Amino acid sequence: MKEISCKLLVIGAGPGGYICAIRAGQLGVDTVIVEAGKPGGTCLNVGCIPSKALIHAAEEFEKVSHMAGGNSPLGISVTAPALDLAKTIAWKDGIVSRLNSGVAGLLKKAGVKTVHGWAMFRDGKTIEVETETGSQVIRAEAIVIATGSAPVDLSFLPFGGPVISSTEALALSEVPQKLAVVGGGYIGLELGMAFAKMGAKVTVVEALPRVLAQYDAELTRPVVKRLAALGIEVMLGAKAKGLSTKGDALLIETSDGKSTKLAADKILVTVGRKPVTDGWGLDQIDLDMAGKFIRIDDQCRTSMRGIFAIGDVTGEPMLAHRAMAQGEMVAEIIAGHKRSWDKRSIPAVCFTDPELVTAGLSPEEAKALGGEIKIGMFPFAANGRAMTKLGEDGFVRVVARADNHLVLGIQAVGQGVSELAAAFGLALEMGARLEDIAGTIHAHPTQGEGFQEAALKALGHALHI
Amino acid sequence: MGEHIIKLPDVGEGVAEAELVEWHVKIGDIVREDTVLAAVMTDKATVEIPSPVDGEILWLGAEIGDTVAIGSPIVRLKVAGEGNVKPQSGETEAVAAEPPVKLPTPKPEAAPPVVKTSPKAGGTDVKPAPAVSKSPQQPSVSGSPRPEGEKPLASPAVRLRAKEAGIDLRQVAGSGPAGRIGHEDIEAFLARGPQVARAPGLARNDAIQDIKVVGLRRKIAEKMSLSKSRIPHITYVEEIDVTALEDLRAALNKEKRAAKGVERPKLTLLPFLMRAMVKAISDQPNLNSLFDDEAGIIHQHGGIHIGIAAQTPSGLVVPVVKHAEARDIWECGAEVIRLAEAAKSGTATRDELSGSTITITSLGAMGGVATTPVINHPEVAIIGVNKMMVRPVWDGTQFIPRKMMNLSSSFDHRVIDGWDAAVFIQRIKALLETPALIFVD
Repeated sequence: MKEISCKLLVIGAGPGGYICAIRAGQLGVDTVIVEAGKPGGTCLNVGCIPSKALIHAAEEFEKVSHMAGGNSPLGISVTAPALDLAKTIAWKDGIVSRLNSGVAGLLKKAGVKTVHGWAMFRDGKTIEVETETGSQVIRAEAIVIATGSAPVDLSFLPFGGPVISSTEALALSEVPQKLAVVGGGYIGLELGMAFAKMGAKVTVVEALPRVLAQYDAELTRPVVKRLAALGIEVMLGAKAKGLSTKGDALLIETSDGKSTKLAADKILVTVGRKPVTDGWGLDQIDLDMAGKFIRIDDQCRTSMRGIFAIGDVTGEPMLAHRAMAQGEMVAEIIAGHKRSWDKRSIPAVCFTDPELVTAGLSPEEAKALGGEIKIGMFPFAANGRAMTKLGEDGFVRVVARADNHLVLGIQAVGQGVSELAAAFGLALEMGARLEDIAGTIHAHPTQGEGFQEAALKALGHALHI
Repeated sequence: MGEHIIKLPDVGEGVAEAELVEWHVKIGDIVREDTVLAAVMTDKATVEIPSPVDGEILWLGAEIGDTVAIGSPIVRLKVAGEGNVKPQSGETEAVAAEPPVKLPTPKPEAAPPVVKTSPKAGGTDVKPAPAVSKSPQQPSVSGSPRPEGEKPLASPAVRLRAKEAGIDLRQVAGSGPAGRIGHEDIEAFLARGPQVARAPGLARNDAIQDIKVVGLRRKIAEKMSLSKSRIPHITYVEEIDVTALEDLRAALNKEKRAAKGVERPKLTLLPFLMRAMVKAISDQPNLNSLFDDEAGIIHQHGGIHIGIAAQTPSGLVVPVVKHAEARDIWECGAEVIRLAEAAKSGTATRDELSGSTITITSLGAMGGVATTPVINHPEVAIIGVNKMMVRPVWDGTQFIPRKMMNLSSSFDHRVIDGWDAAVFIQRIKALLETPALIFVD
């Protein structure tokens, strides 16, 4: 049995793990990273990146299909567009594999040793990795657990056959004719809308009274409107009960308690994600837990000295950029710097059509703080750039304290607003007041002007409404 | 629809101007007849200005704290019917063919309605200002730690620098907008050196609150400045043995309960002092004077009108017991009680708050050992009552407990010599120590 030792060992090369390892390598920390799959984790392989590739392809296809209908106000006409999903998937796989090698290259450049295999804790300082070439024991002064998360499955609707998770949905070779999506959260709607655009008849089954329940109703209204326009049927307050005996339909209990059958070629289950806490020897080290997640402090330290945890395995929000920021911080702590988690906001983006961005507090959360607040909202219907993109639906909304105008939260819904996340995050992180945003020149004509106008609106003197 | 202008009415005899102390309405309010529009203050009386008509407020002509001349327009109302303002446009004067430029437009700023005493520029700002204004809109952050539970506000670069320097940002004051902490705040914090960890609750408070001195407070300030700058005070403190007086007072108050028919007030020490002053003044009438120093004339009054300085929720006022020389001890006592009530409830009339010729000031149980009373200009004497307490007194063979009380009195040294002041107080002392003398002529 081979044995190596290092200063830092990172388990999992997802966005949290690989960033942690790269940063540690940059800082001269002797670092090893262990990954059983391809580097990049869920995000790069079966999450953020491939889903965005698919969503983009679907969007393009929907655009030309719309033009083919002869209804394009742009005056463009095309004939009989066709989609070769296998080719789309191959293109997507190409992007993923380029990024895989990119990450591997970055790790190498930073001087990080990558070990391929599945890691198991032996004790708090030692792990054993099953590699293709046999067992490898690694001793480390510090260990970072970055094992990520996996799709939650339903016991009455286990994955397999027609029942698929987001991972399989991103690898389908042909568009299902009838797609049932169980769970109207952001993953279900992102993929559901994409498949609808590619020609599937999509039905979303959501147990709650509304979709995208994590967002407020005002913010999700344009998405709900678009769901209907895309012909997606949304069954609210409805519970999936299982697969029909023939395996060609989903059994559902509707909101009024009736049982019904929904014919489906594929059933996509997107009811959430769970931390990966099994299979790597958590029981060997007995860490304190916070619910199903590993408990961490403001330096991502677990209850055991020298062991850190970052990313989805440590809790909500399960977002790649949170894991990355945690990974970077932990690498610097291990390199001897003084750091602790002091981020003001973790922006979240939902790539539905139209897109949603949130950063900081929602109006409800801000009100719950007790102080008086000001809200400014600017509709894209009054934004020139949005009009030229046929994207007038949606708005930018700014929430600020009434007394000192400190911006507490920013939300937007609209075509392409995901790119505004940068401005929103920066404003919150810099401690901007409404006057700071209102006083910043926002280039014309862009959708970003909506941000400035929303701040002006909150100050009571919006210029374009 | 017409316009009705309300002018500041004559609020008191010989009053040429009044200070606006409160607006009860704002622009756009609908008012009914008799709705109180504003309160103005003259000397020491506050007068409410009611609306004579129903209407909507269009314009307010003064800010709180402004001194307004009697007869100046203070409010414009939009009223049903014609109002009291002649229409200025050609509507009803069809023959008026003059170019509109020449017509006097009824702009609010066209006729400056107020005598501005505050340095605020411009007469167009008609918003009622709050009496107390925290002048900077932003919370004053120069040095005060933020309120409990609020996160320090700083950019990521500043946070990183603080972390590396081992600074807890919660201890650092932010000088930026909304209390944002900048690099310069970190430098200032470092320059001060490591500070001893402060216990919570001992936080520095560098906030400055600007309070506009208006209304009664302004009157008091003006009056005190006048007295202290014009009058060279001489203060004389003497000890009075009030044991006998207190026995008499207790006996009289007891008798009061036995008395039938006539409701008599409970006597305090004041009526005795007042009667003693009346007696002393009959010997030294120049103490009961008003000194017009500009004209160089001393107005020696026959009537003894004793002002009683009284503390009210809004400040010091001096109701006046008129003609104390013509009131017996019971009447003096009753009048003091009545006026004190009126002053405290704010219902004292202007007449009841003016016209004194000599003043008594008493802090009662808070009276202390001695005070240096400020003369109520243009009077020439003020008698200050200090706290009564039992003190040991040497009677020639032993110490005996006696009820002792000091009188601290100030006189206008320009017209009252020290000798005269001493004689006056010694006379009052003799009267109070042998109270029967108060009641014999």
